[in-house]
Order: sequence, then C-alpha cells, then structure tokens
Amino acid sequence: MDGFARSFLLTEIVKGFALTLKYMFFMPRVTINYPYEKGPLSPRFRGEHALRRYPNGEERCIACKLCEAICPAQAITIEAEPREDGSRRTSRYDIDMTKCIYCGLCEEACPVDAIVEGPNFEFATETREELFYNKEKLLANGDRWEAQIAANLLADAPYR
Amino acid sequence: MTTHTAEDLDIGEETQIRPFTMNFGPQHPAAHGVLRLVLEMEGEIVERADPHIGLLHRGTEKLIEYKTYTQALPYFDRLDYVAPMNQEHAFALATERLLGITPPKRGQYIRVLFCELGRLLNHILNITTFALDVGAITPALWGFEEREKGMEFYERVCGARLHANYFRPGGVARDMPAGLIEDMLEWCESLPKFIDDLDTLLTENRIFKQRTVDIGTVTKAEALDWGFSGPMLRASDVAWDLRKNQPYDSYEEFDFDIPVGKTGDCYARYLVRMAEMRESLKIMKQALEKMPKGPVKVNDYKICPPPRAEMKSSMEAMIHHFKLYTEGYHVPAGETYTAVEAPKGEFGVYLVSDGTNRPYRCRIRAPGFAHLQALDFMSKGHQLADTVSIIGSLDIVFGEIDR
Repeated sequence: MDGFARSFLLTEIVKGFALTLKYMFFMPRVTINYPYEKGPLSPRFRGEHALRRYPNGEERCIACKLCEAICPAQAITIEAEPREDGSRRTSRYDIDMTKCIYCGLCEEACPVDAIVEGPNFEFATETREELFYNKEKLLANGDRWEAQIAANLLADAPYR
Repeated sequence: MTTHTAEDLDIGEETQIRPFTMNFGPQHPAAHGVLRLVLEMEGEIVERADPHIGLLHRGTEKLIEYKTYTQALPYFDRLDYVAPMNQEHAFALATERLLGITPPKRGQYIRVLFCELGRLLNHILNITTFALDVGAITPALWGFEEREKGMEFYERVCGARLHANYFRPGGVARDMPAGLIEDMLEWCESLPKFIDDLDTLLTENRIFKQRTVDIGTVTKAEALDWGFSGPMLRASDVAWDLRKNQPYDSYEEFDFDIPVGKTGDCYARYLVRMAEMRESLKIMKQALEKMPKGPVKVNDYKICPPPRAEMKSSMEAMIHHFKLYTEGYHVPAGETYTAVEAPKGEFGVYLVSDGTNRPYRCRIRAPGFAHLQALDFMSKGHQLADTVSIIGSLDIVFGEIDR
C-alpha cells in the first residue's frame, strides 16, 4: 500500500525536482567566466616551458643535457659548443611542444634550475610549426614569466 | 509517382536484410571514448555485439621496453586517464618488489590517500555519465564541480590535474604542500552531502530504475568465468577486493568495508559504486587523520634522487643525481606480477627485468579489457538503448583497453 502510494504520487520525482530547484535558486554560483576569471593554480603547476636567466642576464643553462637524457618523449634537442668567452653554452635548445608530455622530469633533472615548466597554460597556436620552440622563444618565455616562476620555485623549495 | 519493383531496386531474393548490421561509434558520445561496436540487430533487439578495439592503441607496452623505469612511469597516467595515480601505483609497486624496497610510512599513506581520491574521481565521473547515458543530465553537471575540486588537490600535490607522474618507485615525488591536509579533510566533510544529493536524484528515480534494473545481468559464475574484477565482480555478489584480500602499501591498517551487490545488473553496479565512494571517503579521512610524519621516499640515493639543496652542495649527491637522470637505476633480474585494486578493477603489471636499467617486458593487465569482452553476452537479447546503459555501467576507458 505504502509503495503504491509513493509510486502513484511520484514522490521520488517530486523530491528530485525540489532538489534541482534548490540548486538552481539557492546555491552559490560555481562556474567561472573563463578568459576573465581563472581557476587556482598551485606553485607546482607544470605548464609552458621557459629557460631562465641569472639576475645579471646570463643564461642559466650550461648544456649538461640532463633534460635531454631524461625526457621520456625525446622532445628536447640540445647542441652545445664553447662561446667566444670560453664558457660552455647551448648553441641550440629546441623543445617540440607537440611531443612533450608535461611530466616535469626536465625541471626535476636540471641542476641549475634553468629549464622550468612555468605557470602559463594558454599557449595554443594556429599552426603546428609555432609549437616547435627554439632557444629564443624559450628564453623570451623565461623573461616574461620570471617573477612568477621565481616565486613558485621559492614556494616549493622546501619540498624539492 | 513511381512504384518500385524488386528488380529495379536490385533486391534479389537472396539479399539479406536481417539481421541488420549497425555501427555504434567510434564517434558516438555514449560509446565513452573510441569504442566501435558492430551490432547485429533483429529489429530493435541486439543479436550480437562485436566491440572493435584498437583505435587508441599507442603501443605503451613496447614503448616502456625502451624507457628507463623513471621514464616509463608517466606513461601509466595515460592508460586510465580518469584515475591516473592508481595506474602509477601498480608500476611503482612492481618496481619496488623487484628492487626489494618498501617506501616509508608517510609515502605509503600519501599513496593510499591519492588512490582513494582517484577512486572517488573515477566513480563520480562514471556514475554521472552513466546517468547521462540513460537520460539524466543534472548529475553530470553537479558531478563535474566536485570532480574539479578533487582534481585541484591532484594539481596541488603533483602539478598536473591528470598526468600526475607523482608516485615513484620508493615513495612519492614530493611531500604534500602545507595546508593540503586541512583542505582535503574539509572536502571529505562536504562530499557526503553531494553523494546524498546524487542518491536523491537517481537511486529511487523510476526512469533510472527502468533503464537499469535487470539490464545486463551477470551471474556470479559468469562474472568469475569472464575474469571480472572490481565493482563489476562485486555487483555480482563476490566479495573480492585486492585491498582486503592481499593488502598492499598500508591498506591493512585502514578500517573499511567492501560493498557487494546482490543482483549483478546495471543497477547493482551503480549501487556498489555509490557505496564504494562512501568507503573511499572513510579511508581518506583515516589517512588524513593518521598521516605519519617522516620522509616520503626511501633514503637511498641510488633509487630516489637526493634533495636539491643537498645536490647543490655535496659532490656525492650530485653524482647520484646525474647518474639517476641519465642512466637510471638497475633493477635486479626477475619477474613479478603486481596488481592493485584500481577503481575499475584489478589493474596488474607483469614486469620482467633482465638486470638492466630498462624493463625487459612490461605487460599491462587492464580491467576494462576483460569487461568489454563480456559486452556481447550481456547485451544479447536486450534492446539497443539497453546496450548504452550496459556500456555505461561497464565503466570502460579506452586509454587502458587499447593501451
């Protein structure tokens, strides 16, 4: 009898609609207006790559090729030769962003904190070729994001 | 107006019209990824369902043979991309077994914590999309909000929402950041409310029940014969859970129950998953409250890299760092089959090492593969729309089936 009454009065449907209406009118908004509002990112976030410089403008990378060795997707290509002043630097540092799997191992491997995966995740392009990053592009990324990258590295330093 | 005869339409007497063959997918949204299902239909009734797999095949197993153990790990995230850390767990455990090491307690607890979070994320996605398949849109809209919160925890601990690369042989990559435990505890307090709401919307709903009760019934014997595992097996009244039956990491220290379904139909599988979410929350709460202090990875610089500060000041540590990131570590020759209770079932890694720094062979046992092959007998005799609910309740993800 009870079951019949419940089935006849559509109780579970009414309950469901009541709940949905409650969510519709009495719950705070959860969506964000994306290009203007963004979700939170932690200091560990692994986004677009960047090559960093020392505060005096000297590039950090010493061409040890650890990142090239550890990269599971073999996305990094490095060529190195001594510069005019005799210091060892890269003459070529390419990352194929279409191969990269964003595992963060290059950043972990780098002994001088030169290659990092920065906080930028908005680097979609219209052509595939634009995603083959060279050294200039990576250094420009580093210059552009340095303040945030440095802050993130500092925040995460106790755990690394 | 013209009339057609059998001759000018080229329908001879021997032209076969029935059973009607139909392609379901690979672009169909209810196919949960890239499932191509060739259905032989007798009217609206399915006579034979033939899943065609391989559209997402990436050769992970072969690829791993050419990667060091460190490099192979991120590829496990890409198998079942709905709960990535559970896959890493299997590989990390297998490597640890060959190496003969045990991670420290805190490392184990963090792993348990994030495995259970992965189970929650997986079940939230599965239940809500399953409901979407059978006609309920609201759960999916609400579920993604909670899932997003869970993925924020993933992001805070490892730096990526999905492709974590966090569990490593010997522990986890880094310790949890300060404040994460409190935030996760808070989330664990608020999530039961969401599960209750989901319950209100679905469990008693007559439309949902009409679409799921007595659909795709699997008996106990069939479930065992077809190699089912996880919620699929438990919904058919078999109390089998690797976390209880052969505990790994620290699962024996946690107090939780295994929900078991009685009927083995789509509805029972839904109920089992709902109950499992509550059990996972219980485990997460215990792990957060009992989280021990101490290191998160083994203190052996031949396997786990030294801390950065030490690497920059000590020559010894620097050598270890370079050695680890170029050559990797050598794993003693041997073989192991290590399985974990992934959200979808028993996820196993059969790892053969020949003593070098790369696996000789890495065979991956994906639970979804065994479940998908049962689709034929489960959907036989049901209507086309029921096939959709069966696929939804199978919880298949093509990343792990095609590998």
